[in-house]
Amino acid sequence: MTTVLDPGADRAGLNDPQNWQGPASSGRVLKPGELDLSHNVILYLEDICVSFDGFKAINNLNLTIDAGELRCIIGPNGAGKTTMMDVITGKTRPDSGKAFFGQTLDLTRLTEPEIAHLGIGRKFQKPTVFENHTVFENLELAMKTDKRVWRSMLAALLDDERDRISDTLKLIRLAGEADRRAGLLSHGQKQWLEIGMLLMQDPRLLLLDEPVAGMTDDETERTAELFVSLAGKHSLMVVEHDMAFVEALGGKVTVLHEGSVLAEGDLATVQADPRVIEVYLGR
Amino acid sequence: MRTPLTIRIIQSMPKAGWAGLAAFALVAWVGIPLAHLALPESSPFHVSGYLLTLLGKILCYAVVAVAMDLIWGYAGILSLGHGLFFALGGYAFGMYLMRQIGREGSYQSDLPDFMVFLDWKELPWFWWNSDSLLWSLFLVVLIPGLLAWIFGYFAFRSRIKGVYFSIITQALTFAAMLLFFRNETGFGGNNGFTDFKRILGYSITSPEMRATLFALSATLLMGVLVLGRYLVSSKFGRVLAAIRDSESRVMFIGYQPLWYKLAIWTLSAVLCALAGALYVPQVGIINPSEMSPANSIEIAVWVAVGGRGTLIGAVLGAFIVNLAKSYFTVSFPEYWPFFLGFLFIAVTLFLPDGVVGLWRKLMGQRSAPLGPAASAGPPPADPVAIAKGAQS
Repeated sequence: MTTVLDPGADRAGLNDPQNWQGPASSGRVLKPGELDLSHNVILYLEDICVSFDGFKAINNLNLTIDAGELRCIIGPNGAGKTTMMDVITGKTRPDSGKAFFGQTLDLTRLTEPEIAHLGIGRKFQKPTVFENHTVFENLELAMKTDKRVWRSMLAALLDDERDRISDTLKLIRLAGEADRRAGLLSHGQKQWLEIGMLLMQDPRLLLLDEPVAGMTDDETERTAELFVSLAGKHSLMVVEHDMAFVEALGGKVTVLHEGSVLAEGDLATVQADPRVIEVYLGR
Repeated sequence: MRTPLTIRIIQSMPKAGWAGLAAFALVAWVGIPLAHLALPESSPFHVSGYLLTLLGKILCYAVVAVAMDLIWGYAGILSLGHGLFFALGGYAFGMYLMRQIGREGSYQSDLPDFMVFLDWKELPWFWWNSDSLLWSLFLVVLIPGLLAWIFGYFAFRSRIKGVYFSIITQALTFAAMLLFFRNETGFGGNNGFTDFKRILGYSITSPEMRATLFALSATLLMGVLVLGRYLVSSKFGRVLAAIRDSESRVMFIGYQPLWYKLAIWTLSAVLCALAGALYVPQVGIINPSEMSPANSIEIAVWVAVGGRGTLIGAVLGAFIVNLAKSYFTVSFPEYWPFFLGFLFIAVTLFLPDGVVGLWRKLMGQRSAPLGPAASAGPPPADPVAIAKGAQS
């Protein structure tokens, strides 16, 4: 087989398990459902189109994210940023186009929980933590583990699980608040707790929708530091309006406009692009 | 290293809780049975048969209240049909009690009296093996458990919540009551089962049997409290509380709320059924009025009075309301409905966290974070707020 991106492969039966010979690109045989990063690309979006009642929310969108990359997505309201995240997480099905996680995992055919389980974590704009649970318990609930009923009834935390939780607590600077009820945290702390919950799920790709909305300048700065330190181990896609924050992150920037990519590059290049200036200031 | 299960069970209750439980066990296993059996009736400490049965009955109610608290207080699911599971447990055990009457019924037949009256010649198929104690205990668990599982599966899978779920459970128990009222259903119609004679050959009205049934009820209550305390302090309990507060978020982090709700719902129904099975030999009758909607609503009142999400509050609530009920219905029978209504309004308005909440307020304690949903809102105690909650 030449490439799994070939739509004909399915009809020819090449994707059937008995014909599976592993990815053409590497000698290593993958288990089904395993993330294949052999081309060092974690997310492919190709010619994605989504329309709602005739309105094209996404129009021939092409985007790739490298493994370990920290990518910022900017764009005016209605540019399709949230819809794009919906497509990646399986909440919205594209009308056409391809969406792959790694080389082999077709996101357009997987359900939301399956995609979450494969390692795409998403943080929504509004922080939603369990307010009646303590900070520690919030992280415990989010932790990647067996989540069936009888396991929850019988299981107790292992020592290394405790360690993971306390490592994450330190990372999100809530170690001193572990036994506080999450409902009593400040808005910025809740945002961090939610990022911590996302990290507990050990995702490969994090989608973060306006993570610093409502944070103080100081908190924003620390969040930027946190994200930069996460890049490499995780891949991050950050949607943000706060340009100072985007600058602090320092990664590649993609500008979306009317459902497709308008410009891509580092922040200075993008900001100098006349089309980008037109979109942001022209109306 | 994991903490062993036994240690976790012990840790799930504070020391005072275990001390209270031990004291309760001493009174219920030794004190009260001895006071009934050994002391002469002239002694001021003698426990009469009436009082013993009344207390045993309330112990069964307390088990139901704890079962209700597990789903309402911790999982935010208000069932207004728990009387059904209680009654089904009672009926399942009642079948055995009916068969134990033998030929001593009014018609001196092998069949229960009501079947002779209906001119039935043999036992219906579902009475198969009903003269076996073990089989009837198996049915006590199986039938209500299966019904709860099937009903819960479809209700929770369809994401029926809040007041809609409450109304459907209410309809379920009402429908079952109408079904059991029919003579043809095969459970004695509106008279139900009564006139029981013995269990395992021993007379059901003997003081020893009464004391035994009382002690068994107390044992069941203690077991349910320990089990409930363990469950709500385990991760299972934390997931349930999380589902109560934000179900979609729970799904998003990879839990399937359906199975969690179904587990606690079915467990709660089975606990009610066990209580019903112990209740019937003590009061000596089971009939379809146990399935009336008002009975199920009263269960919710016990829990609300005691304080939701505390387990012990459910026990207190069951005792307070039922002791008051037996006092009122003897002294001023006509005022009991008014008192019950007044109690419910007063608790809703002035004691949203029930008696336990009041106690905690007086002692200046903060409520446990997961226990009473108290401070942070859902689920509210009064029906109006429940209705509002369902819309939000």
